[in-house]
Amino acid sequence: MSKLYSGAEIVFKCLEDQNVSHIFGYPGGAVLPIYDELKNFNSIKHILVRHEQGAGHAAEGYARSTGKPGVLLVTSGPGATNAVTALTDAYMDSVPLVCITGQVPTHLIGTDAFQECDTTGITRPCTKHNWLVKDINDLAEIMHKAFEVATTGRPGPVLVDIPKDIQFQKSKYKNYKKNKKLNGKSHDKFSQKNIDELINLISKAKKPIFYTGGGVINSGTKASELLRELVYATGFPITSTLQGLGCFPADDNQFLGMLGMHGTYEANNAMYSCDLMINVGARFDDRITGKIDEFSPKSKKVHIDIDPSSINKNVKVDLAIVGDIKSVLTTTLKTFKKSKKNFSKSNKSQISSWWEQIQKWRSKRSLDYIGSEETIKPQYAIERLYELTKDKDAYITTEVGQHQMWAAQHYKFNKPNRWMTSGGLGTMGYGLPAAIGVQIAHPKKLVIDIAGEASVLMTMQEMSTAVQYNLPIKIFILNNEYMGMVRQWQELLHDKNYSESYTAALPDFVKMAEAYGCVGIRAKTPEELDDKIIEMLKTDRPVIFDCLVDKQENCFPMIPSGKPHNQMLLGPKDQKEKKISGKGRTLV
Amino acid sequence: MANTKSAYSFAGKKQKPDTHIIVVWVDNEAGVLARVVGLFSGRGYNIESLAVAEVDQKQNISRITIVTTGTPQVVDQIKLQLKKLVPVHKVADFKREDKNVIFKEMALFKFVANNDKLNKAFESCKNFNPVILDKTNKSNVIQITALRREIDSMSKNLKKFGLVSVSRTGAVAMTRGSEIFK
Repeated sequence: MSKLYSGAEIVFKCLEDQNVSHIFGYPGGAVLPIYDELKNFNSIKHILVRHEQGAGHAAEGYARSTGKPGVLLVTSGPGATNAVTALTDAYMDSVPLVCITGQVPTHLIGTDAFQECDTTGITRPCTKHNWLVKDINDLAEIMHKAFEVATTGRPGPVLVDIPKDIQFQKSKYKNYKKNKKLNGKSHDKFSQKNIDELINLISKAKKPIFYTGGGVINSGTKASELLRELVYATGFPITSTLQGLGCFPADDNQFLGMLGMHGTYEANNAMYSCDLMINVGARFDDRITGKIDEFSPKSKKVHIDIDPSSINKNVKVDLAIVGDIKSVLTTTLKTFKKSKKNFSKSNKSQISSWWEQIQKWRSKRSLDYIGSEETIKPQYAIERLYELTKDKDAYITTEVGQHQMWAAQHYKFNKPNRWMTSGGLGTMGYGLPAAIGVQIAHPKKLVIDIAGEASVLMTMQEMSTAVQYNLPIKIFILNNEYMGMVRQWQELLHDKNYSESYTAALPDFVKMAEAYGCVGIRAKTPEELDDKIIEMLKTDRPVIFDCLVDKQENCFPMIPSGKPHNQMLLGPKDQKEKKISGKGRTLV
Repeated sequence: MANTKSAYSFAGKKQKPDTHIIVVWVDNEAGVLARVVGLFSGRGYNIESLAVAEVDQKQNISRITIVTTGTPQVVDQIKLQLKKLVPVHKVADFKREDKNVIFKEMALFKFVANNDKLNKAFESCKNFNPVILDKTNKSNVIQITALRREIDSMSKNLKKFGLVSVSRTGAVAMTRGSEIFK
């Protein structure tokens, strides 16, 4: 007879078999048997956070920067509900997470027991799937299934809810068998005919564009390599969504920058005017498309995505290729190289006028801003941060708001998995714990959270985690004392009624850093900025960098709500040239 | 930008909605109905009626029949989203007008009236396979099977014969002929 293991042991045996090296968590009554077992499994390191939301975002940062699933372990009731924001965030951005929650003992379920909540009910709409384990004999199978569901197809979060009595009960451990047929949820359904059709469209296009997204990153580093190969082989321009940044080198001439609400003038105009749009792993989000009825009206649209429900959800496409980006691109490149040798040269004249047009848009220099010698412009701060860290293969996380968009616009990513940001859900407070997760996965690398002072206060307590584990993360706060993006919308759309968007009593971030036992640095003028950044980079401890920036700066360019891509609002520099007064700007 | 005080875009053109019957085969496990129904409510889809029961005791498969209205785009989304749920095996979709599919709903009518009216009530039901399930000298319970709109109009018209209570199921569906949905 084979050995019997307790539920708690089975949890860890499963984690071991799934090659999990780190879990992020917070103990509590209903998970104590699992925590008790932790000491017996040396290959698994537990990172104690300060709030369960932090555990979730840290696991997300870990997952996004490694491509492996992130694991979190929290208790029942408030432990589970605190993790909901992170689960929803991971669901929106397709991040593989496995969340293990404790639950009150089975005989108490439904009695409103202490720290009981309907965890599987609450998390049903924000996970790919969840399980309440009611029988110890199902535990191992469910745990392994959870990893399978989280990591296959379109990745996403899953949750396993384990009642306390199940954690104590004993059962045999069933080894993990890899299932070939994933309950019909694997989606490599494309055919050679689809690929031939795509190549036919590519060879005919006069104004083509690649529109790439987070799916490329999720498909693994190989997918980014293949994408680069295909983009170079075609000579086509490429733009990326917020989540896709890094899958194509940002400093390459073929890259038009990010598209969408705060995307570049050239990227958005190219999307509007193209005759062939090849969407690789993006989902036509409303921040990308603008007014849907006028979205890229003249183009043939191709959509490559692993999730069939992403096809035709927001935008009707002409050719859908359902599959993993990596396998689709492999087949495409194979066919393409066979049938179209030297395509980029022979095709050059066909798309040369398109490139000329793009250059004209580019010459608008839509990311330019008016510099200042007295105050630090936030864009300038990001530019300097980029210049001083570009050779260091840095990992950047962000919070949500203006600083996030400035980071996306001005920090140039050349590799996938280097950019962790909350795109779909837009979770303020994401960046600091995410940076912790990234640093855990990459202990020797430079990890910077580009933050806003409002966002970072939402999960500031995790600095304590960073100090506990000696994680030298750098929190680079663009401090303008406002919820900047809220203030921007209020300025542009609500007649400058800055309702509750100013934080009147901010903490002293330098003193706060010291209180946490890390290092605080403040930069007040453009003149001292470089030196201070260098000081931050030299510090081998967690740093909170309080960068006092221009309080009024807005994030441009911008597609105002309900407008199509070709009606962008450009920055104050361009508006000045057109002699639109400050007053007129709000009326645009 | 005068009246566009929103960070979101506006609803675009609307397509014409149609009524569809969606049949879903699922593992009969705890919470599976909540997953399916939650998907409909969470994404703003509409449920007109719902019928669910286990159809394969050996493999624990339940069959859920949902009547919904939506534009072609929405109905496509419903199907694709349903297929993503882990316990869902397959999803079929039929238009209400589809001649190759049989749709049926069952209703129970309780009449309280004199004998004359009770007889008339039974008489009016005769096109819909009426079965008398219970009878006393001043009441009866009649079961009929029919289409939704037929039951709708019956329950309206039979008031005059002493109809006091109506209980009805959601629609169930099956294809005609020898073919089955794979």
